Amino acid sequence: MGKKSKFRHVWDFPGFSGWTAIFFGFLYIPIFVLVCYSFNSSKFAMIWTGFSFRWYAKLFSNDDIQNAALNSLIVAFTAAPIATIIATFSALVLVRGGDFRAKELSNGLITLPLMVPEIVTAVATLIFFASLGINLGLINVIIAHTVFCIPFAYMPIRAALEAMDPNLELAARDLYSDKTSAFRTITLPLLTPGILSGFMLAFVISIDDFIITLMVAGGGSTTLPVYIYSMVKMGVSPEVNAVSSLMLSFSILIVTFYWLFNRKINY
Amino acid sequence: MNIQGENKTQNRVLGLLPLWSVIGIFMIGPLLVMAAVSLMESNVYGGVHFKFSLNGYRQILFDTNLFGEREFNPAYIIIIGRSFILAISATILSLIIGFPAAYFISRQSNKVKNILIFLVTIPFWTNLLIRTFAWIIILGKGGVIESSFNFLGLLDDEGSLNLMYTNSAILIGLVYSYLPLMVLPIYASMEKMDMRLLEAAADLYSSRIGLIRKIILPLSMPGIIGGSILVFVPCLGAFIAPDLLGGGKKLLLGSLIQFQFSYARNWPFGAAVAMFLLSLVILVLFFNAHINKRHREYEIHG
Amino acid sequence: MKNNAIKFLVSFSFLLFSANAFAAGKLNLYNWADYTPEELVNKFEAETGIQVTVDTYDSNETLLAKLQAGGGSTGYDLAVPSQHFVEIFIKEGLIEKISGISDMSNYKYVAEQFQGPSFDPTQEYSTPWQMGSASWAYRADSYSGNGSSMMEFFKPSDEVCGKVAVFKSPEEVVNMAHLALGSNFCSEDPNEMQAVLDLLLEQKKCVAVYSSEGINERLMSGEIIMHAHWDGYSQVGRWEGVDDLTYAYPKEGVVGWFDSLVMPKGAKNVEEAKAFMNFVMHPENMAILSNFAAYANAIPESVNYLSEDMKNAINIQVPDGIPVKFGQACNEVSQGLVDKVWTKLMQ
Repeated sequence: MGKKSKFRHVWDFPGFSGWTAIFFGFLYIPIFVLVCYSFNSSKFAMIWTGFSFRWYAKLFSNDDIQNAALNSLIVAFTAAPIATIIATFSALVLVRGGDFRAKELSNGLITLPLMVPEIVTAVATLIFFASLGINLGLINVIIAHTVFCIPFAYMPIRAALEAMDPNLELAARDLYSDKTSAFRTITLPLLTPGILSGFMLAFVISIDDFIITLMVAGGGSTTLPVYIYSMVKMGVSPEVNAVSSLMLSFSILIVTFYWLFNRKINY
Repeated sequence: MNIQGENKTQNRVLGLLPLWSVIGIFMIGPLLVMAAVSLMESNVYGGVHFKFSLNGYRQILFDTNLFGEREFNPAYIIIIGRSFILAISATILSLIIGFPAAYFISRQSNKVKNILIFLVTIPFWTNLLIRTFAWIIILGKGGVIESSFNFLGLLDDEGSLNLMYTNSAILIGLVYSYLPLMVLPIYASMEKMDMRLLEAAADLYSSRIGLIRKIILPLSMPGIIGGSILVFVPCLGAFIAPDLLGGGKKLLLGSLIQFQFSYARNWPFGAAVAMFLLSLVILVLFFNAHINKRHREYEIHG
Repeated sequence: MKNNAIKFLVSFSFLLFSANAFAAGKLNLYNWADYTPEELVNKFEAETGIQVTVDTYDSNETLLAKLQAGGGSTGYDLAVPSQHFVEIFIKEGLIEKISGISDMSNYKYVAEQFQGPSFDPTQEYSTPWQMGSASWAYRADSYSGNGSSMMEFFKPSDEVCGKVAVFKSPEEVVNMAHLALGSNFCSEDPNEMQAVLDLLLEQKKCVAVYSSEGINERLMSGEIIMHAHWDGYSQVGRWEGVDDLTYAYPKEGVVGWFDSLVMPKGAKNVEEAKAFMNFVMHPENMAILSNFAAYANAIPESVNYLSEDMKNAINIQVPDGIPVKFGQACNEVSQGLVDKVWTKLMQ
């Protein structure tokens, strides 16, 4: 890449910078509006009457929201680690395991949850649990989440593995007599950042999931997005904005951590 | 180099066992069960009777009217058509909006590039429902757009722009939901573009249009196709945007399927439509894989 | 790091399983949206120490779909269906038999005519919640009609065309159409149902949205002037600021309903559910319900605890001579026709 010259090149199109500004405006203005209206003191979201924290205060006394948030966290903290562990093993085999017959198939299998439209997965999972009579409350949701978290955990781990210098492991094997030690002391620590990234991605995806959880969750297993949905159906109120803004901030926080974390490890 | 030791097969099996069992049982299993349900008879009170019946699929094209006579029913074809048109429109719109932005970002310095791309990615990782909900506030009666028009005197107090519950509202929602997915692949392929090609081309062609047509577009084509698929497929099966912004009156494939499992209580039909959607997606992916293979061959053989 | 991860996982799974095991002291209530007063829940929690979570649905049909999909156990301990759906639930084996309802301490407060109702003659499945009717309501400041005929709703005048909203679920709307056309509920006659469909299709041209939630919000914003509504809920709308929201009692009649508490199959917190059922039948508590949702109830002594607002609630007072026809449990044939009509309408 050459240095950016002060003179306009013919390939720096005019208007593209303006267009990009509009682009980012389009992306972020709705979020901005959402957050702004959460501070609206009027009950009816559309009519601005003044700045107020009351909707956030109301959230803190709302048991149902807290229950839903707790459920979201329980599900994410269970599904994400399991998905990450499965993804790690799979990555190790698929990246380092050489060629074997089921390799292409396994690769396809891991990306399957990404390919199938979410509504189809949601409905299929619902039918599956219903016909087999599996009704374990939150565990149903956790199982469903684990499945679609696997590909998200897999991507960073795979990238990390591929970027890792195989010579390091070869050297380790010369030093240690058994493979497990070599793995434990060299490969695993090097892989840890990738694993953590995978975990963070899987976690965010689980927290944010809506469609699958909506169809699969039974009584008492409501997660935060599903709860927000029933609030939205009731009508637009600043309370929804408040809880949405909080959820947004939480997701953005995690993703920012992930990004900063990744930047520190220059593969 | 395999680091896992001599017994390769055993290690491979052990390593992949968790993956295969989890996705096998909880993803393939449900899909198979759903395929089976699509071939069963529906129970008026919800659920299914364990009897074989093609009614699920038949209902897509034919319907028995209230008098028990079978007749061709274009309604679901219309819904499928509407879903297609909206998905394609959303894809094209995202392309138009995202392409210049992707290009601009790829021409910045490394530091700025990374920050900008990060900013593009953030909305993608937040809750889709919440992001769509934001548009209700903007488009709804008395919402941001109408309030601004009101303020500027372009709209009186009683009037309404009627932006909600329209196809356009759904379109905006769809584009908004998946725009980052269009930008990222295009950016990825543009980033790889060699500046020297551009320099050389700039010497050869005097116009910017030529530059775009002959160099930039062909080179970013894999990204464009990848991005288009990443937007088109989810739009086909979208549920949230049509449900919240379309007012439930304009059904798309995603909301049609969900409807069968709530109010309509027609599981076989819902499963049949889901299978149909799934086959469409598989078709698109095969098409994509085919194009990728050709492109790769093209790159190798030139 | 791996060790810590394992410890973490183990303790979390323990937390999960213990949360399930210690189901005692919890209650999962599945109810219509905006139908469970916080005051009632808090009072119950204070008196019994049982933690209540409330999930909501917007129609009997949604409830039916959820119970059917739940298979052996939905996770809910209590639900609130209308009378004819109780019949369907019993027939389809979706709710539990409960012993000793008539022995509950507050059962004596239930009015005689509501003890052992037609849909639950042995009183083994349900206890009373509230009752009311379904029709439509309009903003008197924007509509010049007076709600004297059901046809005003199905053939809206130009004044309101485009600002009409209808329930998302078929049953009550189809019954209202039957009232307008003079046909019987649960008709098995395709001709009659075709007439219903035609009426609904004509109405559709003026309908902005089909939804059973956020009704009062829509009326408040002025986006909708005429909305399918329930008598009590429209009264609540008046209290909340839609000052002239008037409930229509057309000459053809309104659709009556009677909601009850039932226990879905596989409920885990049986004793807690029974405690709640009993709790609600006490006049003081039933009054809290009525004061909140503005519906009539089957507990005569609750009158002593009703608020002034309730005593002056005009939307729930049925004028003389206006028939109240209760919905019935349709058999498979007629239910199939209703579903067909609605599917065709929604396309």
